[in-house]
Amino acid sequence: MNSSIALWLVQDGITNGAIYALLALALLLVFAVTRVIFVPQGEFIAYAALSLALLQAGRLPGTVYVLVIGGLIAALFDSVLAIREKAYRRLPAILAVYVLLPAIMAAIAWWAASQKLDLWLQVLIVLGLVVPLGPILYRVAYRPLASASVLVLFIVSMAAHYVLSGLGLVFFGSEGLRAQPFSEGKFQLGVLTVTAQSLWVVFASLLIMVVLWLVFDRTIYGKALRATAINRIGARLVGIPTELSGSLSFTLAAFIGAVSGILMAPATTIYYDTGFLIGLKGFVGAILGGMASYPLAVVGAVVLGMFESFASFFASTFKEVIVFTVLIPVLVWRSLTSHHHVEDEEQ
Amino acid sequence: MKPRICLTAGIAAAIAATGALADITIGVSIGFTGPQASLGVHYKNAFDLLPKTLAGEPVRYIILDNASDVTNAARNGRKLVTEDKVDVLMGSNGVPQTLALAQIASESKTPMLAFSPINVPAENAHWTFVVPQPTELMMDAVAKDIKKNNIKTLGYIGFSDGWGDIVLKATESHAASAGYRIVANERYARNDTSVVGQVLKLMAANPDAVMVGGSGTGGALPQIALRERGYKGPIYHNHGTVNAEFIKIGGKHVEGAIAPTGPVVVADELPAGYATKAVGEDFMKRYEATFKLGRNAFAGYSYDAVKLVEAAAPEALKKAKPGTPEFRAALRDAMENVKNVVGTHAVYTMTPTNHNGMDERARVLVVVKDGQWRLMK
Repeated sequence: MNSSIALWLVQDGITNGAIYALLALALLLVFAVTRVIFVPQGEFIAYAALSLALLQAGRLPGTVYVLVIGGLIAALFDSVLAIREKAYRRLPAILAVYVLLPAIMAAIAWWAASQKLDLWLQVLIVLGLVVPLGPILYRVAYRPLASASVLVLFIVSMAAHYVLSGLGLVFFGSEGLRAQPFSEGKFQLGVLTVTAQSLWVVFASLLIMVVLWLVFDRTIYGKALRATAINRIGARLVGIPTELSGSLSFTLAAFIGAVSGILMAPATTIYYDTGFLIGLKGFVGAILGGMASYPLAVVGAVVLGMFESFASFFASTFKEVIVFTVLIPVLVWRSLTSHHHVEDEEQ
Repeated sequence: MKPRICLTAGIAAAIAATGALADITIGVSIGFTGPQASLGVHYKNAFDLLPKTLAGEPVRYIILDNASDVTNAARNGRKLVTEDKVDVLMGSNGVPQTLALAQIASESKTPMLAFSPINVPAENAHWTFVVPQPTELMMDAVAKDIKKNNIKTLGYIGFSDGWGDIVLKATESHAASAGYRIVANERYARNDTSVVGQVLKLMAANPDAVMVGGSGTGGALPQIALRERGYKGPIYHNHGTVNAEFIKIGGKHVEGAIAPTGPVVVADELPAGYATKAVGEDFMKRYEATFKLGRNAFAGYSYDAVKLVEAAAPEALKKAKPGTPEFRAALRDAMENVKNVVGTHAVYTMTPTNHNGMDERARVLVVVKDGQWRLMK
């Protein structure tokens, strides 16, 4: 172990940590707004990465089937509700959002698969395929149970995770895929060779964090989300619809997951079930940060990335053990210092 | 007529009820859905190309899907031996599933042909025959190449699971005879997003060559990282890595990767007169033409398993009728004594103590050249 190896490991740790940080933010956001521990976050990573790789290989990503069928189910839910309430005027909007939009995205993807499109267009198409899955998942799996306890919502999350990862296996197959790098560039920085790819990851993560901060601080929707996170009943009393907040937070989570997947796709081999472990590490990062504060979650996630990187150097056999053991002292410390608070004010 | 492939218990039972008793019945459990489907599909396809009669008797193949799951494999196995009273049990593409089937074969006194290179537990060894190459035999080819290139130190990086251990053990078993030392032992998971730490540690040990104990596309991650960090030495893989997806993932970084495999994968490149060339080339040609799928080692194992049954059947038919316990016992005894059965992978010669029956002709080294696995000359 010399200083150049240490620098390499730090670089690797920061690159991984940046992704974990993004996911930690998404998990924290969803938890604060909807009390859902969002296990299927990882699936968005895998879906986005594999869709990008398949588009580049000129094949139609199976994501379109999940999107279209998921959209139809969501539309069915909403339409039945609208018809029962005799609110027929809502129907066109429901069909436009849940049926027409996915169908258009599917058509675009189908067309794009046969074209050799620019990387940026492919990235946009993948975002268009994966991000709507967020609100659809919320509508189908979570909204009917929105006021259930955290435990019930967690069990729903596990179920959603298994369904989505099973579908991933069906549509993407069991072998991994890798996308083409955004750029082959490399920079010499002292003893380090910094790849353009890892810079992309770090800068994109920072950019998303800044944008999130602006959204929460400056826009009415962001403020609505924050209000819901701080006090759900209070937010409802001042006229913020809970469903909208839930749907919004899932859209943001899906977006963050999709971006993480796209950023990682060229740097590693992604399998249909890769996302879960990455999402889990984002979750650990969020817990390291106390599951309450966004900046602390980011710090926790980056620390975790570092830990992982150094653990893989010193004791690769026990890497995961070491990474997840970090949780224990933090949990002990938190349960000793934090006051017990009632988690479910609605029960 | 296509062999009857029955996916549901109902259909299988219906056919079993109507089938003539004299048919030789072969029961197969493969995972052609689920995580190991990419291998299982090849095992299953091969049965479409297999003969409809063995030693003059009509043969019936009952192929069940175990969805790459151990519990399902065991359930399949029990159904096959109790309801269908199969004469031979075959399966599966996955070590745990195969071990479960071997257990059932032994309990029900049914001869069993294992489709995965398992180390058969002693209590089941009597009834089980292993069709694929043992990992030690495969790694022996690598060890010989290491010796030839005068490589003294080897760095190992493998999966942090059973497979990583098996490949490491097989690599270690030849270390003394080939004169190399393993100077680093690093582990990673198929799902890892980065192997930078492990690769730095490997390179710090400065080995002459690196051995990768991964499988499929999972083998590509360390090789890409090593080449990106500028490692120049040869990189060896194991037979689990030899597929087209590995090259698709690795691109230019995996050029020159060396791995052992069954000769059927490169049958057309084998030198004239190679023992398994004719059988392997013919089979692969038919396989590629029928299924439009790339070459692979797995379909050949199904073919070889049925060839072994064919070789043992005449002797067993003299003693008893198919469908009886006597026939199964006689078939097992005969299988133990088959000699020089030419399959796609090997020339099998079984003995009571050797239920694999392969020799050095059962493996060749292949190397990635211009984006394809080619026979190493």
